[in-house]
Amino acid sequence: MATFELRKLVKTYGRTPVIHGIDLFIPDGEFVVFVGPSGCGKSTTLRMIAGLEEVSGGEIRIGDRVVNEVDPKERNLAMVFQNYAIYPHMTVRQNIAFGLYTSRLSGAEKARKVEAAAALLGLTPLLDRRPSALSGGQRQRVAIGRAMVREPAGFLFDEPLSNLDAQLRAQMRIEIKDLHRRLGTTIAYVTHDQVEAMTMADRIVVMKDGHILQAAPPMEIYDNPADVFTARFIGTPSMNIIPAQSDAGVLSPAEGKAALLAGIRPHDLTIGAEVVDPALVLAGKVTAVEPLGPETLVHFEAAGQHIIATAPAHGQIAVGSRVTASAGRGRVHLFDGATERALGRQ
Amino acid sequence: MAAIDTPASRPLTMTRIRPGRILAWTVLFIGGVLMITPILFMFSTSLKTAGQIYDLRLIPQSPTLANYVKVLTEGQFLRWFLNSAFVAICVTLSNVFFDSLVGYTLAKFRFRGRQLVFIAILSTLMIPTEMLVIPWYIMSANLGWLDSYWGIMFPGMMTAFGTFLMKQFFETVPDDFIEAARMDGLNEFTIWWRIAMPLVTPALSALAIFTFLGNWTAFFWPLISTTSKELYTLPVGLTSFAVEQAIQWEMIMTGAAIATIPTLIVFLVLQRYIVRGVMLAGLKG
Repeated sequence: MATFELRKLVKTYGRTPVIHGIDLFIPDGEFVVFVGPSGCGKSTTLRMIAGLEEVSGGEIRIGDRVVNEVDPKERNLAMVFQNYAIYPHMTVRQNIAFGLYTSRLSGAEKARKVEAAAALLGLTPLLDRRPSALSGGQRQRVAIGRAMVREPAGFLFDEPLSNLDAQLRAQMRIEIKDLHRRLGTTIAYVTHDQVEAMTMADRIVVMKDGHILQAAPPMEIYDNPADVFTARFIGTPSMNIIPAQSDAGVLSPAEGKAALLAGIRPHDLTIGAEVVDPALVLAGKVTAVEPLGPETLVHFEAAGQHIIATAPAHGQIAVGSRVTASAGRGRVHLFDGATERALGRQ
Repeated sequence: MAAIDTPASRPLTMTRIRPGRILAWTVLFIGGVLMITPILFMFSTSLKTAGQIYDLRLIPQSPTLANYVKVLTEGQFLRWFLNSAFVAICVTLSNVFFDSLVGYTLAKFRFRGRQLVFIAILSTLMIPTEMLVIPWYIMSANLGWLDSYWGIMFPGMMTAFGTFLMKQFFETVPDDFIEAARMDGLNEFTIWWRIAMPLVTPALSALAIFTFLGNWTAFFWPLISTTSKELYTLPVGLTSFAVEQAIQWEMIMTGAAIATIPTLIVFLVLQRYIVRGVMLAGLKG
């Protein structure tokens, strides 16, 4: 068990800074997901925690110990990689046991731990198979098994599900979350998939261009994004952002650059449902209709922006028709037009 | 009822043979004959008596194994055979170890001057062996290595080609494997030995085969660096059957035939690795 702490952490490659002095405290047992677009520095941060990248500035603490100069093997962390990194020349049993290669346990004790990890991950019937005879999900479980058999102070996951198909990814999300619940070990998890972040994290850390934009529980980020980027990044479909103006407390779309940006999640912008005293009303011509089953997503153009709203499942909305969508009071997020920081809701 | 198209239900047709293919087969056949004929004559001559040498029939009139008995029981042929085996095996093991160690270092570690070291190693490939023989000889003489096993072996203990080949292969090993092993607590040498080496087995096999065959048939440097008959390797020893007064072709051919056997065994057992090695060397080189 361990806490992780990043203090003014900096990483530069040559003269190019990629992490700009970030601060973060991860309490013992927390499942933290770093999320952000490619190149935002999330994997670099994770690799610095692992000890696979040198720290250019600031401090990393695991527990009470500063680990900037400590070798990866001395940090008592286990890492699961995007490409699984299970050794193709070893069987599943040997792969899992390899996590204990440097352990001073007896052979019998090692074997017992391997069996226990395999049982926990449903790998017992596969112990004598080679990785080439396993599916993607099974390989990922082997990688997790190798990590957990060491009983590390913390787990680091670097986009572990990105090579799996959608169905398997959904299943593995539940399995990893369940594993965390059972082991209670601190987990730092990197992904670019906001669904993974929302469904698995105790806390999400949103990163962009080497900065942490917001670190908060998933629903807190969803309900109260700190800025436009976070608002758009978290939630599917993305939040609609339009330039807006407020006149005596009444919001309306604005032309060109405006002092305000209004953000409305597609699920809060409805067509065909009566909204009493709406905070914002948008009207436009339908460009696409996506029936999803329980509801229909309607794409239309309004105020020079591409807008997505939701309509009831069996509504008769045709492409080219005009629609009016409205958002209720308290459902419109307001952002500063210049800084893009959140100002509150209306 | 719909007809089901199965291979059995299709009419049998002759595959059309293109003229280009006939030409290719003809050229290959001629090439094959040209290459196999000297080997057949070598075996044929080894079964002939001295008087039948210039009778160019492929199948000897009265074949005899007397030459084999004589070669194996008289003189130092077995000693030369063992010398060749010892030198070839030692040099092969050394190449597999050192070439892959250096190749791994150049492929997987980032350090100042890495590219310079690699270019320096590569540039030695451009120097013909004949030019290196004199420096090797002077060095051997100064260090007292002449006429010793070490003297025969040292120039080939590590090669630029082997280092280059292994570097190219280690670059294909994903860094995740190496980093995962680091996280598991292995030191760098163990990572190389336990993780990286098993992942480049085809390249190691190819390197081992090329090195063994190259050293088994090596003639020039062993001839120059040795003077004692006890230290001769097989190719050098075989030349002692040719003296000023007479050349004992039947003995030379018998010795050569025996010398070919390990090469043939290596080739037959490991031919898929040789073919793969040639392909890989071609791709990577």
